[in-house]
Amino acid sequence: MSTTHSPYAHGPASVRATMFRVLAALVPALAVLVWYSQGAILLPLVLSSAACLALEAVCLKLRARPWRNDGSALLTAWLLTLCLPVVTPWWLVLTTALIAIVFAKHLYGGLGQNPFNPAMAAFCVAIVAAPGIMAQHLPPHAMSTLEQIRIILGLDAREVLDGIASATPLNALSNALHHDDTHAADFADTLATPLALICAYALGGLWLVRARIIDWRTPLVFLATLFLLATLPWWIAPARYPSPLFHLLHPSTMLAAFFILTDPVTGCTTARGKCLLAACAALIVWLIRSHGAYPDGIAFSVLLMNFCAPFIDLHTQPKAFGHER
Amino acid sequence: MQPAPYSFPGGIHPETHKALTREAAIAPAPLPAQLFVPLQEKGRAPGRIVVRAGERVLKGQKLAEPADALGAAMHAPTSGEVRAIAPHPLAQADGGEGLCAHIVPDGKEEWTPHAPFDLQSATHEAALRHLRDSGIVGLGGAAFPSHIKLGDGHQIHTLVLNGAECEPWITCDERLMREQATAILRGAQILAQLAGAAEIRVGIEDNKPEALAAMEVASAGQANVQVFSVPTRYPAGGEKQLIESLTGIRIPAGRYGPQYGVQCFNVGTAHAVARAIDHGEPLISRVVTLTGAVRRPANVEALIGTPIADLLALAEPENNVTRTLLGGPMMGVALPNLAAPLPKHGNCLIAASDALFPPRPAPSPCIRCTACAQACPQRLQPFELYWFAHARAFDKLARYRLFDCIECGACAWVCPANLPLVDYYRFAKDAIRTQERERRAADSARERFEWRSFRLAREKEEKAARLKARAAETLSQMNNEGAPPDAGSADKQALIAAAVARAAAQKAAAETPPPPTEEPPQP
Ligand code: SF4
Ligand code: SF4
Repeated sequence: MSTTHSPYAHGPASVRATMFRVLAALVPALAVLVWYSQGAILLPLVLSSAACLALEAVCLKLRARPWRNDGSALLTAWLLTLCLPVVTPWWLVLTTALIAIVFAKHLYGGLGQNPFNPAMAAFCVAIVAAPGIMAQHLPPHAMSTLEQIRIILGLDAREVLDGIASATPLNALSNALHHDDTHAADFADTLATPLALICAYALGGLWLVRARIIDWRTPLVFLATLFLLATLPWWIAPARYPSPLFHLLHPSTMLAAFFILTDPVTGCTTARGKCLLAACAALIVWLIRSHGAYPDGIAFSVLLMNFCAPFIDLHTQPKAFGHER
Repeated sequence: MQPAPYSFPGGIHPETHKALTREAAIAPAPLPAQLFVPLQEKGRAPGRIVVRAGERVLKGQKLAEPADALGAAMHAPTSGEVRAIAPHPLAQADGGEGLCAHIVPDGKEEWTPHAPFDLQSATHEAALRHLRDSGIVGLGGAAFPSHIKLGDGHQIHTLVLNGAECEPWITCDERLMREQATAILRGAQILAQLAGAAEIRVGIEDNKPEALAAMEVASAGQANVQVFSVPTRYPAGGEKQLIESLTGIRIPAGRYGPQYGVQCFNVGTAHAVARAIDHGEPLISRVVTLTGAVRRPANVEALIGTPIADLLALAEPENNVTRTLLGGPMMGVALPNLAAPLPKHGNCLIAASDALFPPRPAPSPCIRCTACAQACPQRLQPFELYWFAHARAFDKLARYRLFDCIECGACAWVCPANLPLVDYYRFAKDAIRTQERERRAADSARERFEWRSFRLAREKEEKAARLKARAAETLSQMNNEGAPPDAGSADKQALIAAAVARAAAQKAAAETPPPPTEEPPQP
């Protein structure tokens, strides 16, 4: 295909610039997590980044494609790190990198061809394969840096961190609501702590919306639907259902709204499709969180909607110019 | 002056680079040493040539009559000698050749007799014929003959005058509006009168305040003219986009303005119409912007047929120029051969250097970011079109409205993956058109074959019936003439008659006319 035809001018956009802007938008959230984990998260971050980049390079080489530092592998690594508990053992960090880059991305044909979000696919496999480890979300400042690093490197034999795991904000809040023994003080505590993280996600996400890298519809429709869906049952049976605030003020909700569901490759491309996809994702998240066996439904919801995206697109094609009537 | 009442979807904001030439007043280009006036449009039959090699022609003398309804006449841009009428490279991307009149000017600039056209007493047909004979075509880029766009004089209610000039780098229309606003509006009034349009709407991008003001001043007192400023956004000057911005009417692919009561003309075209009617001057020159990596960017009035190299030399290109673009960077073409002559639609020459137009980086896979869809003024899904073109799924392309694509290049401009999207659309459109042509040719060949078989069978039957009748006749004659028949001889006679008939039938079959040789109908 000849490239000597018009247009001869090109705008400033590039895939690389886009990806690095998304990475930049994740920096505030990472900073908060560095603070929460007292620096320990840097270890899985570096591990995952190195693994993803190396695997990307190997895959491109094997597929005889030119190496381009388009930032997509690094983004996958960062999203994985944000999803996994900080104290995930090193081998699981590497395994998720392998699943994300090799299986979920390159076996499907590489960037642009993958039907599922690589980070979410790997995260799902981890949830199913190692639910115990995946439940070890530490509350902020719960452990010293050294202790966490020892667990990550497998030097500390503790498999499941009893007592600590159940103290994560999500589980604590969930337990409190489910068991109807809300302590006002605990409640305030658990709410206050991830707030910084939630704000960091929202900040980065809103900046991406402003930069027109992500479409405003997806986060808006997702968060609004989740809120509305959660409100009615909670009104009727507050003891049985978590509050809408519980849903919205969950870090993974924000992460999904601004950084996961907005993945262009695996999402919808039409405006109506984006709205529909975000609304359905919210419904699934609410169902899994309220009735499912897993504490969080984001990953499953995203994968399911990734699967549906092409069909939604097909049926929401806009009318072309002059063909509206 | 007022803001445009409507707007169009999508669009982009490329760097305009117009500052280079927008203050450069139009100056006549010097008479070139030789001219190659194109007599043939790309892929079309050459016009009927009415001069011969060796003949002396006068300025404005007709060189070629239009070949068919879709043509316009061509004229000698100056007086001189026709050296040859021969194929010469044309200003096209493929560097293809077309019939050109090679004229060596004598420097006398001697006009052929010409007189103003009396519009008031002329019939509609006569006026259109005059425009055609004056060689008036769209100067905005499409070079479509203006007399055809005017229709029958009853369908069009609004005439849109296109002074948007949205392509980067180009300022020839802006200069013309600033310097010749009155003549432009005069031409627009003529066009409106011929089209039967009650209203004229002028659209100019708001980055040309002087042009807006000039047109506003010139239109004072003309109650049917409204000047609108259109927000600067490529492709605001696309015909469909400007019509939508000014009238709210959206014209789908395959439809034409008159079906919707509007028609769009470029300001340069209107100016040429005024010259043709009020002065009887055919279209032999136009304003060209000379810009890019040049030391002396300029706007010149150049004769149609001036070699591109001569024009470019006026602007003194820098040493780092790698190619020359005809038209703007978004929809223009890179010229493989600078010996090619300036065509009527040649509004701009850009000396392109790698510094100004960096080579396109290698494309990477589409990430479905939909930036292209947001930029598309035709509300298409360019990435889907790209995907289907890539997969050669031509049936899908029709569903996703490939033929609504105006090839504006906005999608390719924004694409972060650097995909040459428009190249794919051109390729797919060509392939689909070819397929369609072949299918039609096959259809008509099959029809011809079936018709021939049918005809042969019918002829055979008819012949057999005729022979049988003749045999019966012979038999009855024999019967009448001969001795009283007995059963045996009657049988015998029937046999003889049948044998005669068979022989005749065989002879007739051998004489069957050869298969028809008419050409398949040209699509
Ligand atoms: S702009 Fe390019 S990368 Fe983005 S969806 Fe369109 S074709 Fe794909
Ligand atoms: S070139 Fe075609 S598909 Fe691309 S933006 Fe223009 S009209 Fe849309």
